[in-house]
Amino acid sequence: MQKIRLYFVACLAIAAAAQGPPSRPTVPAVKPRPTGFPERPPADPAMVERGKAAYGVNCTFCHGADARGGSGGPNLIRAELVMNDKDGELIGPVIREGREGMPKFDMSPSQISDIAAFIHSFRVGGYDISRMPPPSIVVGDAQAGQAYFAKTCAKCHSVTGTAKGSLAGIASKVTDPKTLQQTWLMPGSGRFGFGPQQAAPIRVSPTTVTVTTADGKKFAGRLIRVDDFFVALADADGNQRTFTRNGDIPKVEINDPLKPHKDLLGGYRDKDIHDVTAYLVTIK
Amino acid sequence: MKHLFLLFPILLSAQALDPALLTKPLANDWPTYSGDYSGQRYSRLTQINQTNVKNLTLAWTTRVSNGPSAAGGGRFGGGPPLIVGGEGTGELTGGFGGGTNIRASILQVEGILYFSTPDNAWAVDARDGRVLWHYYWKTKGGTHIGNRGLGMWGKWLYMETPDDYLVCLDAATGKERWHKPIADFNRQYFSTMAPIVIGNHVIVGTGNDLDAPGYVQARDPETGDVQWTFYTTPQKKGDPGLETWGTLEGAKLGAGNVWIPGSYDPETKLYIFGTGNPSPSYTNPKSRDGDNLYTCSLVAIHVDTGKMAWYYQMNPHDTHDWDSSETPILVDGEFKGKMRKMVLHADRNGYFYVVDRLTGEHLLTSKFSDTVNWVKSINAKGQTIRDPAKDSIIAGSLVSPNNYGATNWPPAAYSPDTGLFYVPQSDTYAMYYLTETDPRGAMGLGGKDEQMVASLGSYLTAIDYKTGKIAWRHRYPGTGGFGGGNGILTTASKLVFAGDMSGNIVAYDGANGKILWHSRPGAISNAPQTYMLDGHQYLLVAAGDALFAYYLQ
Repeated sequence: MQKIRLYFVACLAIAAAAQGPPSRPTVPAVKPRPTGFPERPPADPAMVERGKAAYGVNCTFCHGADARGGSGGPNLIRAELVMNDKDGELIGPVIREGREGMPKFDMSPSQISDIAAFIHSFRVGGYDISRMPPPSIVVGDAQAGQAYFAKTCAKCHSVTGTAKGSLAGIASKVTDPKTLQQTWLMPGSGRFGFGPQQAAPIRVSPTTVTVTTADGKKFAGRLIRVDDFFVALADADGNQRTFTRNGDIPKVEINDPLKPHKDLLGGYRDKDIHDVTAYLVTIK
Repeated sequence: MKHLFLLFPILLSAQALDPALLTKPLANDWPTYSGDYSGQRYSRLTQINQTNVKNLTLAWTTRVSNGPSAAGGGRFGGGPPLIVGGEGTGELTGGFGGGTNIRASILQVEGILYFSTPDNAWAVDARDGRVLWHYYWKTKGGTHIGNRGLGMWGKWLYMETPDDYLVCLDAATGKERWHKPIADFNRQYFSTMAPIVIGNHVIVGTGNDLDAPGYVQARDPETGDVQWTFYTTPQKKGDPGLETWGTLEGAKLGAGNVWIPGSYDPETKLYIFGTGNPSPSYTNPKSRDGDNLYTCSLVAIHVDTGKMAWYYQMNPHDTHDWDSSETPILVDGEFKGKMRKMVLHADRNGYFYVVDRLTGEHLLTSKFSDTVNWVKSINAKGQTIRDPAKDSIIAGSLVSPNNYGATNWPPAAYSPDTGLFYVPQSDTYAMYYLTETDPRGAMGLGGKDEQMVASLGSYLTAIDYKTGKIAWRHRYPGTGGFGGGNGILTTASKLVFAGDMSGNIVAYDGANGKILWHSRPGAISNAPQTYMLDGHQYLLVAAGDALFAYYLQ
């Protein structure tokens, strides 16, 4: 499906709210995907309640309590006829006359409008917040995770003390396990996702650069930008400096503090990741 | 003011597209999405060459603005005429903001440029960038993610809209001739494809992020009426491919949307295009048990009938929303000592495929992104078979590439002079978390939470199609990033033009990737193009809301 780059989406103000009766508690931090399609005006809640009751008695068995399909009956929410229905004018005849594999129901026009209002109260497109409960992602083996940590991460990190690289108390700072997993995999990552998200809990050191000019002078600082033609840095005082690049002159050395994390990506098994997370959630 | 009116008779003396131009190799004009039908984006023009490319200089730049409040707007003050159409209020633009971002391929016919953004079309003088008219469509809504350009037949232009209309405009005036619905808006289709005109067929396709049938349609250029419809998944009992789905309903609603133009082989009269992913995109309900034909496939159909001649499915049962929509590139050349008519395709899933375009016979599969880790095996037919362990799972699965893919819609290109296929590449990782555990699966794109982990780098990559090996790679400096540039152009001077990650348009030596020239218009938003006018070869590229045209002074 068509995608623009996620970092672009992340910049946009997203205002659309979920509609429909959430079958499970909503997760407040979830950003719904923008949808350009008109939302149905909210129906009278009393109508939806009556519709829900009538639907529960007559329709749930075949079409499911959430109208997404049940024993034999198709998903109604994305069905062509339902999507083109306004307030029962298309649904009604099907209910009253039946279809192949579906019996007739003797219902009054107001009952049909109620049922239509109930079916239309579910969100159709995009990411349905009501259906994104956060199942616990912690499934790993903490002991195996501890061993993996000792073998792989302990070169730079400990779980005690206050020295640089210490992750002491990480699980208290980062209480959402998914955010914790993203954070230890790649500090600062995950923010382009649509899922539940804590604010970036770990300060990531900036990428730095050292530029050595032809006459041997060195300039070091935070990398502002680099392409094949220019490199720009900000020195300790925040002053920006741009250098023209011409092949290997000046010499440009980029220090990406996340490089050790990036170098590990190709070597992980998913089990390793889950184990390390199961271990780190215990480091409170 | 009077002199303005005097211009009109000249304008009305009508730029029309000579249909013969469409079957000629790409040179002076740019009459269809990829320049010509081959999809190669290879221009025969040689005025700009390896020696003088360093002297390219700005000829003109023009800024345009979406919507009815565009500067000028035909009011007193001499702006270009604004023509307003549409069936909605123009308010619902789908959360993609009101910014103007030109992602379209730009037509150049008889000295006029024609291009589009969602709901908007413009004609611009190709010599100096002056806007001749602006058409604005008041939308009902729909996902306003991009518009890939216009199609042209004679003096008529064709545009798809996000709310699923095909609009026919008079190229001379921008006035609307008619508009016809091409998909059911209530089912959440949205339409972005550049219509492709072949003979008296206007080929259209649509997008959809829910569960709905994907299809390609031919429309009559005079009336907009349907000539034929080809569904990319089985729609009824007895349809071929139904055995590759769990249920008929699953197949019917199985997507495989066609949202990027295909290519065309005039000899065999085959229209060859890539299909989108199956839906639901990330979950595996019983309804889509199987390979899910003809999603994530190359498909060839007879342009006069819409009947399928062959297909090749690259990615059976995709579970990461990796469309195979990227425009296939048609190449005649040697393969294993034999002359072959081929299709070349680099897929969002990180693999490069070569197929015989007369038969669909598989010739080659190779990996072009080193980090890609979702494939369990490559079978005898060269199909990349997924590792189910790399589907979205509750605890998260670390997968390369991310959902954007190792490449995406930005057009790849081919040069017969170097024999190389050029593609924008990114090496990315994301965690794919399953959030929908209901065995019925999710709808559309739902049911997962994909969280970016990192990019290890972005590249301009040159692939030798004969071996699938990387001939050269230019890594964009920096620490990662993805989706760099927005497509590629090659010319007969063995030049390759592409946008980089930093807003530069760059000229490379196509043989080795050596940089020969650059300029920085800012975030490049479409693939560079070229045309010849009044003795000048122009290089044209869009950056957001502006066009930049370069030439040799």
